[in-house]
Amino acid sequence: MATGQRPDLFAHRRRPPGEKLLDLSFQRLTVVLASLVGLVLVGILITVLGGSREAMGQFGLGFLTTSDWDPVGGHYGAFTAIYGTLITSLLALLIAVPLGVGTAVFITENIIPLQIRQVLGVMVELLAAIPSVVLGLWAIFVMEPFLRPGLTGLHSLLGWLPFFSTEPQGPGIAPAVMILVVMILPIITAISRDSLNQVPPSLRQAAYGIGATRWGAILNVILPAAISGITGGVMLALGRAMGETMAVTMIIGNSNNFSLSLLAPGNTISSMLANQFGEADGVQVSALMYAALVLMLLTLVVNVLAQQIVRRLSLKYN
Amino acid sequence: MTSFPRGALTYRPGLARNRYNQLFTGLAAVFTALAVLPLVLVLVYVLIKGGSLISLRLLSELPPAPGLEGGGIGNALLGTLIVTLIASLIAIPVGVGSGVYLAEYSRGGAFARFVRFGTNVLAGVPSIICGVFVYGLIVATRAFAGQSYSAVAGGIALAVLMVPTVIKTTDEALKLVANELRWGALGVGASKFVTITRITLPAALAPIATGVVLAIARAAGETAPLIFTALFSPFWPDGLLNPIASMSVLIYNFAIMPYEAQISLAWAASFVLVVMILAANLLARWLGKLSRT
Repeated sequence: MATGQRPDLFAHRRRPPGEKLLDLSFQRLTVVLASLVGLVLVGILITVLGGSREAMGQFGLGFLTTSDWDPVGGHYGAFTAIYGTLITSLLALLIAVPLGVGTAVFITENIIPLQIRQVLGVMVELLAAIPSVVLGLWAIFVMEPFLRPGLTGLHSLLGWLPFFSTEPQGPGIAPAVMILVVMILPIITAISRDSLNQVPPSLRQAAYGIGATRWGAILNVILPAAISGITGGVMLALGRAMGETMAVTMIIGNSNNFSLSLLAPGNTISSMLANQFGEADGVQVSALMYAALVLMLLTLVVNVLAQQIVRRLSLKYN
Repeated sequence: MTSFPRGALTYRPGLARNRYNQLFTGLAAVFTALAVLPLVLVLVYVLIKGGSLISLRLLSELPPAPGLEGGGIGNALLGTLIVTLIASLIAIPVGVGSGVYLAEYSRGGAFARFVRFGTNVLAGVPSIICGVFVYGLIVATRAFAGQSYSAVAGGIALAVLMVPTVIKTTDEALKLVANELRWGALGVGASKFVTITRITLPAALAPIATGVVLAIARAAGETAPLIFTALFSPFWPDGLLNPIASMSVLIYNFAIMPYEAQISLAWAASFVLVVMILAANLLARWLGKLSRT
């Protein structure tokens, strides 16, 4: 066919206005949807800030350092809850980091057959999928009764230390720490595993080539190379542990009396919110909002730090 | 030329470094066993204490009044499905739309960086804070037809939790689609809208579906955002603007009750919830495998 016969086929065709409109409105729609994320964040900040204004004016910064929580008298101080949040998450981290990193090494290095390693990896990931309320139920009826003889033994052996000075009576800080360990282990393991897998094979080969033993290579070459990714994962886990609510609420005992003892019942900011927010009114709501603000700032700082650390890693070996 | 002493190149297990090697390997094996143990124990107990109670009656009846025997978790099962459905209906369009913006329209400017940063921050916001937010936004202000606690409020709270996951997976899935597909579509005269809806989104469907299924599974098990938004109800769901029961809140409420019947219902609900969530995770895993081949 000669080209001259159908000039309209190659003629410049303008897009019909309907098509243009559809194109433009779809683009605008995605922009609007994307800005919703920012709106929600600002909304969260405004809600929590606005809600806590009354308590801020009334208690000021003393709210953070006093520990009386008296809805009848109208005095509020969140020190017990802030201390509980920090101590439970830091202790949980202390236990979960060696466990998680050790597990990650065990399932990335060629120690046992690949199939078994894959199954173990899937199992740890599935642990992360179990709802925290189910873990809380398990903690109340299975884990805590199982741990109690050990904790009682700890009390009778080391009761002269302020950290073990009370008789364990069921719910308390120590069981809460244990259930937090279970909850953050999968995060630490998964992220450590990813960072270990990203270590360039040449580093590993070089280490083995000069005669390093397996653990010589792991401890001196592979782990240092992956350390920033692992640190990022640990920070993410810390953020998760600080914000974790249900399992902790069910097992920590929800007491506002400050005690140094890890065997005594305690409180965290999130467990306090879960317990009291629904029934609170007046200044108590505002005090709880203030506590929520503290929790938000804590997790925000930890998460932003984690992102920075992870970003630094991705630059290192690309 | 000096000759090697005999045995210099053979493995000697007695050497300190080989001893340490074995010690650390053993230690790592013990750590792995300890890390896997909770999953096994939780599954075994949920199976024993909850699985044995499962019957059609349990899944279809209302929970008993405190102190009475029998009953079931029918309303909570239905409630979880409804609230999760509301959350998905909000979170999937918003999340996929934002992901499309990030991957297809944005040119890495300040707004796109802000959205990515905001997504990461939102993913780290504790779930209880989402509950507080929706309480302040909707429940306390009685925003919907003068109702306070409602299924819709619970659904919105869960949607806030789901959105970051959906955005991230959509963004990453679309980035993996080959640019040749986009150029080909635009080259034959398709508009940007047609390119995205007919070519790139279908090509990225499997990984996006994986992320969505994981987000739904996580939302179905969440409790903290629901306890003061959707609240709980001992009755069958009554419209979307009234308090509604859910499995997770049922477990939380019944676990601390002093009645045997309620506690066994909490175990039964745990069993159903865990089975649903593990099934969703295995489905997501399968979808993920599908997208790699």
